[in-house]
Amino acid sequence: MTKMISGKKVSRRTFVVGSVAASGGLALGFNAPFGFDEAVAQSGGAEVNAWVVIRPNDTVVIRIARSEMGQGTLTGLAQLVVEELECDWKKVTPERITPGMNLARKRVWGDMSTGGSRGIRTSEDYVRRAGAAARIMLLQAAAEQWKVPVGELTVLNGVITHAASRRTTSYGKVAAAAAKLTAPDPKSIKLKDPKSWTIAGKPLKRLDTADKLNGSKVYAIDVKLPGMLCAAVKDCPVYGGKLKSYDESKISGRPGVKKVVRVKDTAVAVVADTWWRAKSALDALPIEWDEGAGATASSATIAAHLKEGLTADGNNGEIVKGDAKAAIAGAAKKIEAVYSTPFLAHACMEPMNATVRISADKAEVWVPSQNFEASLASLSEASGVPLDKCEAHRVDLGGGFGRRGGTQDYVQQAAVIGKEFPGVPIKMIWSREEDFAHDFYRPISQCAMSAGLDEQGNLVGLHVRSSGQSINAWLNPSAIRGGKDARQLQGWWEEPGDAQLGYDVPNKLIEYVMRNTHVPVGPWRGVNTNQNGYYMEAFIEECARASGKDSLEFRRAMMKNFPKHLAVLNAAAEKGDWGKPLPQGVHRGIAQFMGYGSYSAATAEVSVSPDGKVKVHRMVLALNCGHVVSPDQIAAQVEGSVVYGLSAAFYGECPVEKGRMTSLNFDTYQVMRIAEMPKVETVLVPTFDFWGGVGEPTICVVTPAVMNAIHAATGKPVRSLPLKHVKLV
Amino acid sequence: MARLNINGRTRDVQVEADTPLLWVIREQVGLTGTKYGCGVAQCGACSVHINGEVMRSCSIRVGDVKATDKIVTIEGLSANSSHPVQKAWLALDVPQCGYCQSGQIMAAVALLKKTPKPTDADIDAAMTNICRCGTYQRIRAAVHMAAGNGSRSADRADRRS
Repeated sequence: MTKMISGKKVSRRTFVVGSVAASGGLALGFNAPFGFDEAVAQSGGAEVNAWVVIRPNDTVVIRIARSEMGQGTLTGLAQLVVEELECDWKKVTPERITPGMNLARKRVWGDMSTGGSRGIRTSEDYVRRAGAAARIMLLQAAAEQWKVPVGELTVLNGVITHAASRRTTSYGKVAAAAAKLTAPDPKSIKLKDPKSWTIAGKPLKRLDTADKLNGSKVYAIDVKLPGMLCAAVKDCPVYGGKLKSYDESKISGRPGVKKVVRVKDTAVAVVADTWWRAKSALDALPIEWDEGAGATASSATIAAHLKEGLTADGNNGEIVKGDAKAAIAGAAKKIEAVYSTPFLAHACMEPMNATVRISADKAEVWVPSQNFEASLASLSEASGVPLDKCEAHRVDLGGGFGRRGGTQDYVQQAAVIGKEFPGVPIKMIWSREEDFAHDFYRPISQCAMSAGLDEQGNLVGLHVRSSGQSINAWLNPSAIRGGKDARQLQGWWEEPGDAQLGYDVPNKLIEYVMRNTHVPVGPWRGVNTNQNGYYMEAFIEECARASGKDSLEFRRAMMKNFPKHLAVLNAAAEKGDWGKPLPQGVHRGIAQFMGYGSYSAATAEVSVSPDGKVKVHRMVLALNCGHVVSPDQIAAQVEGSVVYGLSAAFYGECPVEKGRMTSLNFDTYQVMRIAEMPKVETVLVPTFDFWGGVGEPTICVVTPAVMNAIHAATGKPVRSLPLKHVKLV
Repeated sequence: MARLNINGRTRDVQVEADTPLLWVIREQVGLTGTKYGCGVAQCGACSVHINGEVMRSCSIRVGDVKATDKIVTIEGLSANSSHPVQKAWLALDVPQCGYCQSGQIMAAVALLKKTPKPTDADIDAAMTNICRCGTYQRIRAAVHMAAGNGSRSADRADRRS
């Protein structure tokens, strides 16, 4: 057993502040990058340090803190540890640590939250140092055993050799002795040059594929516990509304039904012996809602609210250089446009669910979570059981995309229901309809843009004014300072390094105007780089066409001071055959943008049929994410970002009527299927001088590249999404 | 009460006749590889084979299934994940989150049974299951690989030997 430190008091506030970590800072209370403990791990091997456990048979257990939701971080983190550890990759087995373990050991594994494309880039340093420290200790243990200088030893694939005496041993044989040694100072460790990597940086197979092929993988929705009951839940369909009453008598006597539970002020749940019986009974339960003020809202009223923001006074964040309005007013040529994008749902394939077992002195949850520490905190808060008596069991997620991060609303619901059944496991599953009705949606916005070109067709003035809902206003109001909310300007920022606009414009005014609604909003794969990348790059395309210049050359002329942006754009253009002939009827588009510390660009080849049907034939995406850890998994993320991005661009929207969502399943919330999948080519151009994200960066160029190709095909810009409502011919 | 033949075994279950087969498979029978994704036959995560045909089990009432109907779920597809489709999925690291992949594999197996050498158009027509992670490109390559359509998937296979 892992040594547990019990009775540790951590205030919930401290814990959540640390674990939500929207700012990307390392968690509070996490001092050492890794800690050392002589405890023997659950797996029965020797814990050389918190990240590395080695069994006598040379199996190496690599501890993983971040969530795995398909993005491949589990394998990538193991590659980074093993690169420095120099054990045999074939003998590696990952172990997912729980937030209870992390809490009990003073957060030795650091931040567990998995969002913002941070899984690799904010862990890489301390996991590599942990691997290196373990290697140093294992070699030291062998040197002491053989009484030879450690410098005379070499190691390959976990086999230690002393050439002079022709002796060999293995990590498994010296691990117990190594675990007793004093760990080296992490700062003293010299990490390998990434260009010499042999495990990291290579297209190794994922460690977690096998059980996804035969039905044996257990997601949270599959958890089975002795005596378990199931719950179906329905929250007020209008946001901000409340549960007024329900008529339990109408479902009494239905098979399997145990209880009807009021869940906080807004929801009702039916608990039964199976989920289908619970769900059927809930469907039959007469419920009255107090729908509240939100019930008068509709897509039309929300659109009018946003539109007003486009011309109102003032703003909630701005980036200013020169005098954009004057430059545009005096320009030889003016271009103006208004763009818009809708609310979008995450629609993870595994619907929201949580299984809890709560008694007076213990609470447990099994939940798909991008932030297991937030799950633990939510469980503790809703159950009233102290944090150190709670545990959130690790399961991998059936998709995440930003939905399963800090909010953990479903854990709170399950805990309220579970408290009614002390000691009895309760599995709460949302129907797909509930999942679409109670998301934290990608924010809706409209964006008015104007630009001025000089006589030579150069962009001399640019005014961007985006009016829309703020994620921070809903989830993290303290991040809004003095009424300014810079997060909504993501991708347009001047500061280098994270999401910087890659164009020099002599006069620019980029504004965000906050227009909130009653609809909950939150991060959605790529977050604000989605809308902002589409608005900027589709409008730059309009400017390029107005200038009469080539779309690529028009951009390049503004990018001399942005060499990394430019290099990625050039890579996409070259591999995407920019300027080369295309089959008749096929047209090309291009876009570049930055997010999550990485640089992305794309080309798209598209045809539009005489009846206006769009076919995307091929996309080439270039990415500089600094370092490449798992090239094949990066390609998978790029391919996935095309699907997630184009599903939204072609079909995605969550219309609002009478204050509630009306698109509640995949029959109306259409998504892309295999027949629409273009050929996707991923071009990695790492520069090895920074660490950028992977899961999210490329999505922001997918939509504008395709829309710009449609613009090329039809001669008209696409200014409003989804495309299904746009008449192209 | 219903009698079902699932993966070659007879199962008697106590359940209302209007219960979807999906939930009987998951809750009464206890095989959870078959997934709930939409409940309205849109996403295909619940795909199983009934007498060799791929069907969306969320939209079939258990009362409409005969005791003689042969139901095969992902768990019954092969011993040791040895079906050529499963092998191709492994070789190309198709899954990301994996949640939809039981259904994708069942759809691919059914396609290859009818059309051993499918074209891209055949795949487009038969493989309508939703994957939100976006594994479609690899699914297409893996179907071709399982079919032995060598050259179509050669690029990708070579890259990851």
